Amino acid sequence: MSGHVNLKDTVLEISGVNPRKCMQCGKCSGTCPAYGEMEYHPHQFVTMVDRGQIEKLMASPSLYRCLACMACLERCPRGVEPAKLVEAVRLLVIRQQGQNHMTGDDIPEKLDPELPQQAIVAALRKYGK
Amino acid sequence: MRYSYYPGCTLKTRAKELDRYARLSAAALGAELEELPEWQCCGAVYPMAKDEIATRLSAVRALMSARDLGTTLVTVCSACHNVLKRANEDLKADENFRTKVNNYVAPEVPYAGEAKVIHYLEMLRDEIGFDAVKEKVVNSFKGKKIAAYYGCLLLRPGKVMAFDDPENPRVIEDFIASIGATPVLYGQRNECCGAYVTLEDKAQAQKSARRILDSAKAAGAEMIVTACPLCMYNLTANAPEGAVPVKYFTELLAEALGVKEVQA
Repeated sequence: MSGHVNLKDTVLEISGVNPRKCMQCGKCSGTCPAYGEMEYHPHQFVTMVDRGQIEKLMASPSLYRCLACMACLERCPRGVEPAKLVEAVRLLVIRQQGQNHMTGDDIPEKLDPELPQQAIVAALRKYGK
Repeated sequence: MRYSYYPGCTLKTRAKELDRYARLSAAALGAELEELPEWQCCGAVYPMAKDEIATRLSAVRALMSARDLGTTLVTVCSACHNVLKRANEDLKADENFRTKVNNYVAPEVPYAGEAKVIHYLEMLRDEIGFDAVKEKVVNSFKGKKIAAYYGCLLLRPGKVMAFDDPENPRVIEDFIASIGATPVLYGQRNECCGAYVTLEDKAQAQKSARRILDSAKAAGAEMIVTACPLCMYNLTANAPEGAVPVKYFTELLAEALGVKEVQA
């Protein structure tokens, strides 16, 4: 992304999250069902946003492992809402031209007869624009 | 009692039985579900970014339509329910969002979240009552050990959904008891099934499904019930061999009420 945009400010603005509330207790990571799939775990994600390490996060496949299940958000004792940060950083990536992580063209090979329509809509919403 | 009804995309396609049994059972319980005259897909996932306006509009149109009909809006799919309820709460709480939505959609009467959105399970619990359900049961599931699977979308965020205790819910267990069966509690009943990640990495979704199914099996469940077609998919198509079978709660309800075979 171009240098004149403050990535951290954008993440904070569109997520509405204040990472300074985090006390690094790790409860979000402890409860995350995608913990084992993530390079940066939810509590690390919060710290990295606070430190402004947004470009590192933007390059991480962790962005596509979050299930948006809200477990971290529900169980955070400080109301930090890590899932919203993951979503905001993912949006920074996929809102750029040509940066969709998944498009309609990727879907046919992933189809199976039982797959519900909501899964396709959800994936395209989460992974593309 | 009359309700407006939002089936959603998947209940018209892959999960037709979830819809059919919901309608048959509602009729048997004296609840009239009137499908919204025009509705669009809710968007399947709630957009969390504050600046996502357009992606919440299809949900808003359904809410406005329910407001105009003047009846409580009932949903069955957990995902639709999550999106509609959260978008409605946004309209109440977020003035910026409310203003932009009303400027864009330009409804005859401005909308500020007046519609009431409930899940079918809330209709059973709060409007019909599980005691009334119990009285109408003709095929009891007595002796059957059934585990409730809530997943994430019915419960969270707890403050917005206000559906049940997000960490210790009981509405589906109460439903299971109302049809004569024995509810089985297990640790993973409100953890995520793997959701849309099945399209990104099937192995990750399989791990999530296995955790849940193993947990239910270890607790002695003979069957699991769900309200969500995506949970159904992950807990069956991404299940390990020999896993506990999964059914829609509406199918069990229709069977208990003796209306499963009725041709609507």
